[in-house]
Amino acid sequence: MTVPTSTAAGLDPAQIRADFPILAEQVHERPLVYLDNAATSQKPRAVIDALHTYYETYNANIHRGLHALSERATAEYEAARSHVASFINAAHPHEVIFTRGTTEAINLVARGWGDENVSEGDEILLTEMEHHSNLVPWQMLARRRGAQLRYIPMDDEGRIDLEAYARMFGPRTRLVAVTHMSNVLGTITPAAQIVRIAHAHNVPVLLDAAQSIPHLPVDVQALDADFMAFSGHKMLGPTGIGVLYGRESLLDAMEPLFGGGSMIRVVELHQSSWTGLPDRLEGGTPNIAGAIGLGAAVNYLQTVGMPSLTDHEHELTVYALDLLSDIDGIRLFGPPDAHERGGVISFYVGDVHPHDVGTLLDADGIAVRAGHHCAQPLMRKLGVPATVRASLYLYNTHAEVDCLAEGVARAKAFFA
Amino acid sequence: MTLEDLYREVIMDHYRRPRNRGALADANVVMEGVNPLCGDEIKLWLSIDDAGVITGAAFDGHGCSISQSSASIMTAAVVGKPMADAHAVISGFRGMMLEGEPPDEALLGDGVALEGVRKFPVRIKCAVLSWNTLQLGLDEHATAGGRKVELHHSES
Repeated sequence: MTVPTSTAAGLDPAQIRADFPILAEQVHERPLVYLDNAATSQKPRAVIDALHTYYETYNANIHRGLHALSERATAEYEAARSHVASFINAAHPHEVIFTRGTTEAINLVARGWGDENVSEGDEILLTEMEHHSNLVPWQMLARRRGAQLRYIPMDDEGRIDLEAYARMFGPRTRLVAVTHMSNVLGTITPAAQIVRIAHAHNVPVLLDAAQSIPHLPVDVQALDADFMAFSGHKMLGPTGIGVLYGRESLLDAMEPLFGGGSMIRVVELHQSSWTGLPDRLEGGTPNIAGAIGLGAAVNYLQTVGMPSLTDHEHELTVYALDLLSDIDGIRLFGPPDAHERGGVISFYVGDVHPHDVGTLLDADGIAVRAGHHCAQPLMRKLGVPATVRASLYLYNTHAEVDCLAEGVARAKAFFA
Repeated sequence: MTLEDLYREVIMDHYRRPRNRGALADANVVMEGVNPLCGDEIKLWLSIDDAGVITGAAFDGHGCSISQSSASIMTAAVVGKPMADAHAVISGFRGMMLEGEPPDEALLGDGVALEGVRKFPVRIKCAVLSWNTLQLGLDEHATAGGRKVELHHSES
């Protein structure tokens, strides 16, 4: 899998940074160096303004009021759905279901699709590098239905063994659920090939796209994915809003997880009938502001241009890997070749515990994540209790990567 | 808030040259304490004689410098003490770390150096893991009626 390159005009981080108010903040009297983007991204003024404008000028519930504010709120909410659909090139806006985030989206599939389609003895294929949110829902489904989880062979850098994977399919294989980009290793998985092989066996594929959609141009129709889950807050949007993309025919056949308002056609005392997509899978008043904010985030990303964003992050990743690998005693995880990965860089330095490195970097105003990154099975496979993880985004600069490398070298010296 | 509050010299000394590290062969209390949120792990061995005196205390484990140095400091603070005195040390330490009580050097020894961790709220749990594990081990021993205690403790 290679990171796409483009001839689009390069991105100017200085110009981008001016759009993000928080990047002017100081932390411990130092300029903030925010390198925890795989956990959550910062928000541009356009997203913050979209939230303000909704609450200050047209706050109303959607799909029910006959008044002007409700009509506008409904229109903006549905416009956000269309923006997201076009961002991922979905065939229809109603294939975009708004959720609280990736976790809810995957649980929606595990319940609404899984309970209907997975029975005792059936198999679900995963990898050992899944985030807990693409692992625990399948464990819960497997326990409910008596199904088995099987793990696709991969190396320690997250490269999937496609030949071994192709041999895993049998009459009981019901679903493949894999990450599109590892939140620990940064590895980009060969999603199109994974899907093609699964489809040859009539098995649908769910892609955990929480790390890929914010950073790579993603076309769900080109990938031919059946389900795709991602979170708004990792792609410049607010927290509490995410997306389940699903192929229309699969979403249509799914049982709703939440019964209640908005998702019904007719309610009687002892039974009810469901309405159509997307409302059928969005019971209750949704996160209206969140969806509108996500729509604004998508617009922002499209204005910047995903190909130039990807190029910028790729160049920065190459630079960071180069600089960090010069630090004596550092162990970098994930593929050394930046063409195989995104800007998620996990490492362990000497025998200094990641939490100590994280605290020392924080004292310099550098925000990274230190921990198991909700991927405990992968930590065990790598043989470490935790890693330090620096993760890049469009507003990061070479100077910030310099700060990181200097900070890591200082941390190593401090604990020597 | 400065790094010197967190990583005082005493703490770094216990981190670099841990006291009482390694298994204790004749232990009658063997505890495992883990902090699942951050992955810190402590194994604790105690030898408690018939008179209730802690004649040996040792630890092993992996985790951040605070969790490991705190365990080292703790074993040094309780070895040779009757269980009742050890309880007083634990409660003095927990009072300092969790309730903000003034540090009592006569009671806690090197443990007072960990007071600065209070300025780093997310790291407090690193410092108290081994002490909570010790407390549970002593409680369990008191009700075990001479049986060997082996217990796994997980912070919530």
